[in-house]
Amino acid sequence: MNTAVDTELREVGGPGALGGGRQRFLDLLWLLAVTEFKRVYFGTVLGYLWSLIRPLMLFGVLLFVFTQVFRLGSEQVEHYPVMLLLGIVLFTFFQESTTNAVTAVVSQEGVVRKTQFPRLVIPLATVLTCAFNLGLNLVVVLGFVLAFGVAPTWSWLLFPVALAVLFVLTAAVSAALSVLYVRFRDVAIIWLVVAQMLFYMTPILYPVTAFEDSTKEQLLMLNPLAVIFEQVRVWVLHEPQAPTAVEAAGGVAGLIPAAAIFLGACVFAVWTFSREAPRIAEDL
Amino acid sequence: MGASFPRVSAAIQVEDLYKSFRIPTHRVDSLKERVIRPFAARDHRELKALDGISFEIEQGEFFGIVGRNGSGKSTLLKLLASIYRIDSGTIRMAGRMAPFIELGVGFNTDLSARENVVLNGVMMGLTPREARNRLDAVVEFAELGEFVDLKLKNYSSGMLVRLAFSLLLEVDADILLIDEVLAVGDAAFQQKCVDAFHEMKSAGKTIILVTHEMGSVESFCHRAMLIEGGRIAVIGAPDEVSREYLRLNFEAPGPGAGADVTGTRTDATVRLLDTSLVDAEGHRANAAEHGGKLRIRTRIEALRDFAGLEISYLIANAEGIAVSQWRFGVGGDPPPPVKAGERLEIVTAAENLLAPGHYLVHLGINVKVEGGMALEMPGAIDFVVFGVANHHALVALPQETVTTPYEGE
Repeated sequence: MNTAVDTELREVGGPGALGGGRQRFLDLLWLLAVTEFKRVYFGTVLGYLWSLIRPLMLFGVLLFVFTQVFRLGSEQVEHYPVMLLLGIVLFTFFQESTTNAVTAVVSQEGVVRKTQFPRLVIPLATVLTCAFNLGLNLVVVLGFVLAFGVAPTWSWLLFPVALAVLFVLTAAVSAALSVLYVRFRDVAIIWLVVAQMLFYMTPILYPVTAFEDSTKEQLLMLNPLAVIFEQVRVWVLHEPQAPTAVEAAGGVAGLIPAAAIFLGACVFAVWTFSREAPRIAEDL
Repeated sequence: MGASFPRVSAAIQVEDLYKSFRIPTHRVDSLKERVIRPFAARDHRELKALDGISFEIEQGEFFGIVGRNGSGKSTLLKLLASIYRIDSGTIRMAGRMAPFIELGVGFNTDLSARENVVLNGVMMGLTPREARNRLDAVVEFAELGEFVDLKLKNYSSGMLVRLAFSLLLEVDADILLIDEVLAVGDAAFQQKCVDAFHEMKSAGKTIILVTHEMGSVESFCHRAMLIEGGRIAVIGAPDEVSREYLRLNFEAPGPGAGADVTGTRTDATVRLLDTSLVDAEGHRANAAEHGGKLRIRTRIEALRDFAGLEISYLIANAEGIAVSQWRFGVGGDPPPPVKAGERLEIVTAAENLLAPGHYLVHLGINVKVEGGMALEMPGAIDFVVFGVANHHALVALPQETVTTPYEGE
């Protein structure tokens, strides 16, 4: 019991993206993500298996199509199955986080309208939950990587850098989508289509070199996700025939648009979220 | 009570608070629409919810906020709780506040009580460690020890309310913001709430209670404030504020028939001055003991000369089931004539056979010979019956049992 009551008057800031102090923000973020993760993965009998089965099935189907039907994968890429699986698992993280985040703020309507709650926690907790999931899936991927005879190298240490960039991009997109959905309900449908497009605009099914055309490669490198995924392939699978992101983009200058899009997404997310956050409770 | 409260330092300071809502005449809620018609007229009506409110609440004060629906009371509450953004003005606060706009609103029914208590504790400003340490105390007070790992979706509503309320007590904030919690739960739980409020009050917590029940304002609050039309109508002693609130609520809306927000309908025959449950000394009450007397007092003023005044009280329980109806002519049978301007006080008493619970009284006043309702007010009185009657029926009829040896075939 605190008998010494704090007697200093402080101005109340009102609702916001962060409101309520940094420690509380982080505590809430962590608790929400952990409880949600537990709920999903310990709530059902098969729990975690379900979240693994989905990317694995997608992997199985695509592997069959691209090695047996089109022969594209097996001929051009040394470790096609590993590249495909790694790409699918990483993209699943991006897609799951963003699509879950779209409706996250609105589905927490009760909490948002009736409690003082740092709004940004909601989309970020969604992303964090998916990140836990990604962590577990990457363990499975590691098994595949080793089983397919890819030897560990020092460049693996750079993989977390790529993950961090992917995490920031995912968080930015998720935050922006979650708050836009409050005002514009068609964001959900639009995003489903855009996410599907992004899947094909990222070198997951095919290597960058599949175009055999440097202009198209450079176009592909406009997509920040493509840059991340290509660099992951270089760092983790270290295939001699895979160009680095810089090579694919035709020089460092070629990466500037992707970097600009990445930064633009972050700035837009911060701007739109902090602009809309104080009004969420009124707009719902 | 208000005058005797010692001046300490302020716990909450509100200065010149303004808040208005923009209600778009045509709401653009899809990107498609925004893209197709980017410059579509963004007309909106401006709804002023709060129009310049300033007040101060002292530390350790129990402060009541009352007001009719749409008065701006809920908006003020949400501004204090940092849910809505302030248009202009400032709110300053000393210490940590725990807002309870609604009991248990932050609960996730897919999680266990344990997880919910920790999550909500952190939401209200505890650290995760503190929240975990207080879990036992919360569960114990709520009498839910064995259900701590049960998911909340399997809880009964009574269990949920108990959990939420004991969490509120254990969060141990400096300032508590409470909205209408007294209206939930059964009579036994309401009694527990009342005890807890007295305890908090004597522990010197600053408490803001937002309610419709004038009884709780008068019995708990040091000071109260009435909000009407986004401004402070009265601020001061609770009895003064509650009188003003009732005057606002019961006043005839003007000549001719009409309905106000509370659903009162009246023609220009009588004016209702006051109607309430009263105790033996004639003080307003909001609860009556089972087995005691149930007294309802109504004060009216005649607006014209007429004869045959009749009053009816329909008492309904929380489920909306009419339990009892009292209907009688005022002043005898047939009711004698009344003159314009004459004021009457009518007290009706009956043995309280009602089971413990929450009741509403619908008031009707009519003129017998003319037929038709002169005044009708659904939910005019709101009261609780408390007591130890251990049954779940609607009424407890007094009974006598005679047992004799039976010697027949």
